[in-house]
Amino acid sequence: MTDPIRDEWYPVALVSQLPQGDRDTLLLGEPIRVTLQDGQPMVTASGRVLRSQARYGHVWTSLGSPTRPLFDIPEADQPGRRLVDVGLVRVKCSPLRAVENFLDIAHFPFVHTDILGAEPHTEVGRYDVAIRDEVDEVWATKVQFYQPQAAKSAAGGITTEYMYRVPAPTVSVLYKTCPPRPGEWDVITLFVQPLTETLCEVWPWMALFDDTTPLTDLIHFQQTIFLQDRSILENQQPSLLPLDPGLEIPTRADLTSVAYRRWLKRRGYTYGAQLVAA
Amino acid sequence: MILYDYILSPDCYKVRLLASFVGAPLELRAVDFHPGGEHRSAPFLRINPAGTIPVLQDSDLILTESASILTYVAAAHGPDWLGDDTPIMRGRVAQWLAFGHRLSASIGKARTHDMLQKPADIDACRKSGVTALRELEAALIEAHLRGDAFLAGHRPTLADIACFPHAMLAPDGGISTDPYPAIRLWTRSLRALPRFIEMPGIHRLHELKPEPTGSSL
Repeated sequence: MTDPIRDEWYPVALVSQLPQGDRDTLLLGEPIRVTLQDGQPMVTASGRVLRSQARYGHVWTSLGSPTRPLFDIPEADQPGRRLVDVGLVRVKCSPLRAVENFLDIAHFPFVHTDILGAEPHTEVGRYDVAIRDEVDEVWATKVQFYQPQAAKSAAGGITTEYMYRVPAPTVSVLYKTCPPRPGEWDVITLFVQPLTETLCEVWPWMALFDDTTPLTDLIHFQQTIFLQDRSILENQQPSLLPLDPGLEIPTRADLTSVAYRRWLKRRGYTYGAQLVAA
Repeated sequence: MILYDYILSPDCYKVRLLASFVGAPLELRAVDFHPGGEHRSAPFLRINPAGTIPVLQDSDLILTESASILTYVAAAHGPDWLGDDTPIMRGRVAQWLAFGHRLSASIGKARTHDMLQKPADIDACRKSGVTALRELEAALIEAHLRGDAFLAGHRPTLADIACFPHAMLAPDGGISTDPYPAIRLWTRSLRALPRFIEMPGIHRLHELKPEPTGSSL
């Protein structure tokens, strides 16, 4: 029997940090240990060896028997990109709230003021959202937003184009206009490790075309953005993400979130969610 | 002046904030504190054997303690921030500069524990953090009774900068600031100062809407 929650792949560690020692952590409430065995990552739960793999700078594991391969990010293997491990940030919120926040554009001018947005440029224009049945992913495309400093490599304000993709319930991949290389997309991801239904560790990761910015500056840029979100995520109510309509009233700008919630419900992914409006 | 800096560090932010207030030129050198642990690397330990940030370098001078860095930047670029040259104000500024270390060791450690999973005795950190916030609240109430809006007197000084960031960021480490109305009012006064700058977790004050005019009533 398949289990839509335990059979998913989850990020649980940075590959680059494994030589520093074992990592004892939680996955879906279960204690797990990430170790290095003959140079390869190994994940165990109460002595049971779990399926695992190293990909996109992180160790991925599953408590169950995954029925599908780990999602593909073809850009990760494209020559010339810099791959950036941003490092974990723990947040007291539902893992699904963390993903949903990453999909939202409307908060940019108010939370990421003068970086990802600025007043009075607050309008979110029309964009396209679809649940792509052939790949079973949520996609938002043709998202456009005016940004004072869209990336570390952006010199001034530009209208940035975005695509958002949810390839797994606790993963979001963002494709974004790449200032130094028009025609290509910068890839910025949010990999979320669900510790419990209301506690998660977030592992941002990036694959960028940027040959000039020092690595630490790239890390700090992304940490700045995410830490501006953290206190807001920790104060959202209700803490579990409502998958049924009724409790929260979405607007047109929230179409991606609406599709994400619908998609989660369809897949039976309820960890960190609530099904009936409280 | 070169500041070895981490964008999420409240102690580094104190220096950036003061430099902004006084218009001091600061060259930022980003240190990969997390996840890289660069502050424990051999090249960094040659600059600061204690392996801590912030570090300020100005020609041959290297300062590695927040209190000394703030004092130096103020003395060089904004002496007003040192407070009046009276025994009582000098004493108060030195008192709160030292108190800032207690906040770093309690609230600051609770924060890096909860946020970045750095090791700490979390219960002990939170307990001493709450004790420190209560002292700060009481001191601010006494200041108000004297007619002062700031910790060391009638105008902002290093005393305020030394304590402001940790007091704002305490919820990041699971310490509520809800019980402290005097702290709240005081942090608003600081955020309202000209040339105030933000750090992640410390937002600027929202600009007030213009007064309603006749036609829009």
